[in-house]
Amino acid sequence: MLTDLKGRKVVALGERDGVSGPTIAACVEAAGGEVAFVATECFV
Amino acid sequence: MDLRSQETILRLAEEHGPQSLVVILGAPDPESAEIAAETVVLGDPAYAGALAGVQLGLEVYHVLELQEVTPAEVWEEHVGVMADVLDASGLTTAVAGIREQGAANS
Repeated sequence: MLTDLKGRKVVALGERDGVSGPTIAACVEAAGGEVAFVATECFV
Repeated sequence: MDLRSQETILRLAEEHGPQSLVVILGAPDPESAEIAAETVVLGDPAYAGALAGVQLGLEVYHVLELQEVTPAEVWEEHVGVMADVLDASGLTTAVAGIREQGAANS
């Protein structure tokens, strides 16, 4: 279980059919993490 | 996983150190979550990208594991309905399985 994101550098790797990268990034930033990379991929 | 994403993740791991990075996945199903997690922990299983044969051992979670650390209003606004429709148990189990393999290898 993830307990803390404060001060961590985070790769937000979303997927088009799931949760997008920007959505993940919004949660990460609100949780105190630092977003280092954001992408939304299409898994095939 | 997209080849450019693999290149960027490898560069970030080299710049900051793998221990300082956390990867959060938004995969819609356990299969794609497992492949993405495997790529950043054990290496690209397709042997196609920059992470082929590279065991970064990154800490990886599915976004549904962030609910406890995300303010409730932000969670509801951004994730909200998706948390209800995704297979939370299957997704978190798939990612945790790869995470444990990475921990066992470190």
